Amino acid sequence: MDTWALLIAATLNAGTVLAIAALGLLVNERAGVVNLGAEGLMLVAALAGFATAVHTGSDWLAFGAGALAGAALAAVFGVLVIWLNTNQYASGLALSLFGAGFSAFAGIRYTQEKLASRPHFEIPGLADLPFVGPALFRQHPMVYAAMLLSVALAWFLYRSRAGLVLRAVGESPESAHALGYPVRRIRLAAVVVGGALCGVAGAYLSVVYTPLWVEGMVAGKGWIALALTTFATWRPARVLLGAYLFGGVTMLQFQLQGEGVQIPSQLLTMLPYLATVLVLVLISRNPTWIRVNMPASLGKPFFPGS
Amino acid sequence: MLRLEARAQPSRAMSVASPLIALALTVLIGVALFAVLGKDPLRGLQMFFVEPLKSGYALSELAIKATPLVLIALGLAVCFRANVWNIGAEGQFILGAIFAGGVAMQAQADTGRWIVVAILAAGVLGGMLWAGIVALLRDRFNANEILVSLMLVYVAVQLLGYLVYGPWKDPHGYNFPQTISFLEPTRIPRLVSGLRANVGVIVALVAALAVWAFMFRSFSGFALQVGGLAPAAARYAGFSSRRALWTALLLSGGLAGLAGALEAAGPLGQLTPHVPSGYGFAAIIVAFVGRLHPLGSVLSAVLMSMFYIGGELAQSRLGLPKSITGVFQGLLLFSLLACDTLIHYRVRRAGGAAAHEPARSGAAQGA
Repeated sequence: MDTWALLIAATLNAGTVLAIAALGLLVNERAGVVNLGAEGLMLVAALAGFATAVHTGSDWLAFGAGALAGAALAAVFGVLVIWLNTNQYASGLALSLFGAGFSAFAGIRYTQEKLASRPHFEIPGLADLPFVGPALFRQHPMVYAAMLLSVALAWFLYRSRAGLVLRAVGESPESAHALGYPVRRIRLAAVVVGGALCGVAGAYLSVVYTPLWVEGMVAGKGWIALALTTFATWRPARVLLGAYLFGGVTMLQFQLQGEGVQIPSQLLTMLPYLATVLVLVLISRNPTWIRVNMPASLGKPFFPGS
Repeated sequence: MLRLEARAQPSRAMSVASPLIALALTVLIGVALFAVLGKDPLRGLQMFFVEPLKSGYALSELAIKATPLVLIALGLAVCFRANVWNIGAEGQFILGAIFAGGVAMQAQADTGRWIVVAILAAGVLGGMLWAGIVALLRDRFNANEILVSLMLVYVAVQLLGYLVYGPWKDPHGYNFPQTISFLEPTRIPRLVSGLRANVGVIVALVAALAVWAFMFRSFSGFALQVGGLAPAAARYAGFSSRRALWTALLLSGGLAGLAGALEAAGPLGQLTPHVPSGYGFAAIIVAFVGRLHPLGSVLSAVLMSMFYIGGELAQSRLGLPKSITGVFQGLLLFSLLACDTLIHYRVRRAGGAAAHEPARSGAAQGA
């Protein structure tokens, strides 16, 4: 019983990294921009966050540093693809490759660093409930923040005027432009917000979840987050659900290893990646389903006056 | 304020000049980076652009690194021209090495040299298998090839780890995660005795010629590029997009697998967890910097190898982390993409002539 509660807790924790990043990417993609640089963004942000935590001891400053790093890199990417009309896929890849190289280069001195042990969080009263206490109410505040974020994002996208404009920019930039909305600035803002959220996810990974800095530590989570937006057919609540599903797969792998199941650890480590492929296959095999849900101008550049 | 104005036709001159401007930009940033790190920028540049060309030995090392980059980039150039986004070449490279290693481990001391051919064929097969999965899932289930090919990289890394930590571990290897050293008959023949460069260099150059002929002298290559540039036109002409998908992926997978086999049976001589060395990702940059052209890919692969060797030298002689290579590689691609804007647009002062219709369509951007 207790192991199950801990497994649920660990799943939520693991899913949080993916959820925050994927919700950020959802904002980009709703505005019509695919950012394949998520992995690189998260690496640089993970380093920025970790370094900040080492020097200041503050988690919240670390998240801020991660957000800033993510936003700054995303802004470079955004200017390239939105104003210079560079290919979105190639530019995103460039960002991923640069982020991997840069974080490895700049992070060397932090590979030996350790963070002081993290404070333990619990929600007074609720944390002591049997089962649900340890399962749900002893999490880092960021876990709850991710849940709130998905609700807030759903409200923003479907209930607010600004969200409607954002979706319009992703569905039909020509119409939005004709109505007088600054399509390119809105897209840039969406890209920067998306980058900042990926940055927070990266910082959460290195400061709270792991917590340490290792070269390449994001290990594909940026790419899995990209897959999650497709999986969730670009809906915030489903992104959250998908993130926990993948968090669960990751945890299942550790659980099986811990119980001494006779499967080589490498094969278990493959699980989240294989699960991503499987999920993509299942969700994509109905092209109409994807076409109906995908922002219509996703990945297409917009050049006003054309 | 400056503004971009679409050119009536893409500029051919800029298409050639853009990689050079991008390289110049990268060098400039590099000089600044060296200065910030308190290293002599001139000595830094020397590590990257002079030392790798200095001697026969240096050139041989350069060729060793350039060979896999050329092979992989050739395949990626075909893919990207067909608008097929295979970014999992690293995984296909690993599978090539695994398949090649599997054959190489069967060799006995008296096995004939023919086994080298079998090893290379196995590598090609391994790469094609891994890329074939991507093609199958894309073709049959419409699954995004970017994400699938990338996820398979992680799977390939784990598969290699499983083999060298498990069933393929050298029983006399002091428990290190490595296979036995492949026996002499399996070794890729060297070009000059005493230098590590092997016939892989020739294989890569022949492959470049073959890919050139495929791209520009074969109907199938033509159809594939039309499909990438203008899917609607290709459909109207009756060119099969499925065929293009399979051709591009199997070709690039096979070439990446070949590169993996040459690496495993060449410079490495055994399988270890360090087989994946990022060539599959660096080759993406090589392909773009080489203008998705076979000749350009050869040139830019040499450049990228200089980055690799320069990084190693910067580590041993200047005390800088080797990962500086990755920084420069990323910067090069970034600057290239920014400079490429000038192929299709010219920079004008705002308030000048009215903007023309942009010459590019969305499809032409591959997005």
